[in-house]
Amino acid sequence: MNLASLNGVAPVDSAGLSSQLSIRNVTKVFPGKKGLFKKLSGKTSQDFVAIEDISMEIEPNTFVSIIGPSGCGKSTLLGMIAGLMPITGGEILLNGAPIIGPGPDRGMVFQNYALMPWMTVDENIRFAVETVHPKMSPKAINRVIKENIQLVGLEGAERKHPHELSGGMRQRVGIARALAINPQILLMDEPFGALDALTRGFLQDEIERIWEQQRKTVIMITHSIEEALLLSDRIVMMTRGPAARIDEILEAPFPRPRNRETIVQHPAYAALKAEMESHLFRETRAVEAARIRGK
Amino acid sequence: MALSQATTRAIAKPGRESPFLNQNMRAFWLFLLSLGIFLLAWEMGARSGLFAKGMPTASKTLEEFWWWITHPFFDNGPNDLGIGWNLLISLRRVAIGYILASLVAVPLGILIGISPVAYKAFNPYVQLLKPVSPLAWLPLGLYILRDSEQTGVFIIFISSIWPTLINTAFGVANVDKDYLDVANTLGASKLRTIVKVIIPAALPNIVSGLRISMGIAWLVIVAAEMLLGTGLGYFIWNEWNNLYIPNILVAIFIIGLVGLLLDSLFAALEKFVAFGRNS
Repeated sequence: MNLASLNGVAPVDSAGLSSQLSIRNVTKVFPGKKGLFKKLSGKTSQDFVAIEDISMEIEPNTFVSIIGPSGCGKSTLLGMIAGLMPITGGEILLNGAPIIGPGPDRGMVFQNYALMPWMTVDENIRFAVETVHPKMSPKAINRVIKENIQLVGLEGAERKHPHELSGGMRQRVGIARALAINPQILLMDEPFGALDALTRGFLQDEIERIWEQQRKTVIMITHSIEEALLLSDRIVMMTRGPAARIDEILEAPFPRPRNRETIVQHPAYAALKAEMESHLFRETRAVEAARIRGK
Repeated sequence: MALSQATTRAIAKPGRESPFLNQNMRAFWLFLLSLGIFLLAWEMGARSGLFAKGMPTASKTLEEFWWWITHPFFDNGPNDLGIGWNLLISLRRVAIGYILASLVAVPLGILIGISPVAYKAFNPYVQLLKPVSPLAWLPLGLYILRDSEQTGVFIIFISSIWPTLINTAFGVANVDKDYLDVANTLGASKLRTIVKVIIPAALPNIVSGLRISMGIAWLVIVAAEMLLGTGLGYFIWNEWNNLYIPNILVAIFIIGLVGLLLDSLFAALEKFVAFGRNS
């Protein structure tokens, strides 16, 4: 648990052995608009450094939350881990092998669910399982679907289409779909960001329950301090962009299984929460100030 | 408690409507009223000679309409054909031309939509040919095909291809990125992504394109047939040569009615493929 290397310190290879996911000196630059034509039309723009030199080691069966002010490149980092975005500099290793593209070893839960509207709940999950395991027998596929629908508590909704479900139920389908392919790592991009507060709390409890059952490695992006404290083992706090970095990595030492009533009484809770709040307020204030000055 | 009850009652009261006065019924009454006024004005105007000479009265036109729809299928040669036969002839031409056009436009639209290069490369053709009036193709069709029947089908084909093509390409090119990300993270093959994700995602656009194409095909067939012989368009042209206006009005009404039916068919299809999406 002490392998959380901070910026600039390149992790030693032996350290990488025990970790499942190694993020090493990763930089992401979005190229600006250049070229003669753009220059003539006055539409050139500078390169945008979203993330600069981020390093982090994630051990198996850890729940990691990434928290930071808006626009700090959290989603960019997750996109690179998912393999949906090319990495500009550095490398990300999954079990020692560099990530070069998307793959079913990483399951993704999207902020706006990303369910196919024309597929039923069953068909959405089936699409994922059939894509990843084309040779699986129909019987086995049905079993996987049933298990995961039960896991997220959606029995009875199998034949419904997403537009007939509430936001919370849709995200359950999203989670079931991501888990059904049995990924090594679950990536969640603000999974509850589009939900109302009550549904959000309810789904957080569900995630905690599911995590206790499966103990998969999870990387979750969030804006919510309480959410991060309730769910994670480690909380990665990022600085504001551009050129966002890791500011600090906190350990959340609360015993599991957790619930929101008992966790607040833990002696470390208040201090951790205060620290995260001050970090987030400081960064957010700086972002706002920069915006007022006009970049 | 008393307060809340009082408010509910106050809100509920104006909501209580008699079945004769809800919105749909009121719209229906207004429709009937306006129709009555229209027919009355027509009848009186025609009787008092207010309109052009030879303009039929409403009652005469309705009488003709009734005669034509009760005698739809008779055949006394090409210039005296029941309206049912003419309608079937027109529908047949539209069906052949339209289906051929759709068979070309949908796959081509998918190909163009998938590749940004193809999209840019073929866009000039589409943009140039789209605004051309279908009738401008008529002489070319007659010259190449030397057959009025085939020319009719050709005109329908060429005019109903563009909306479907454009809408399909647009729909395919603008599939929600989240759906593609899902397919990507699962490692779906290109073919599987196209069949299982891109085409279903673009289906509402494709059906809208098909609906617009059908509307255009139905518009064009009447005009084309005036120059080709047989069909509803020729029926109108023939009655114009006979200078018998009531039958022209009957034909206009029937054309409108059939167009409405075809459009409703596609509207229902659009709803069927939408799954809660509003486009």
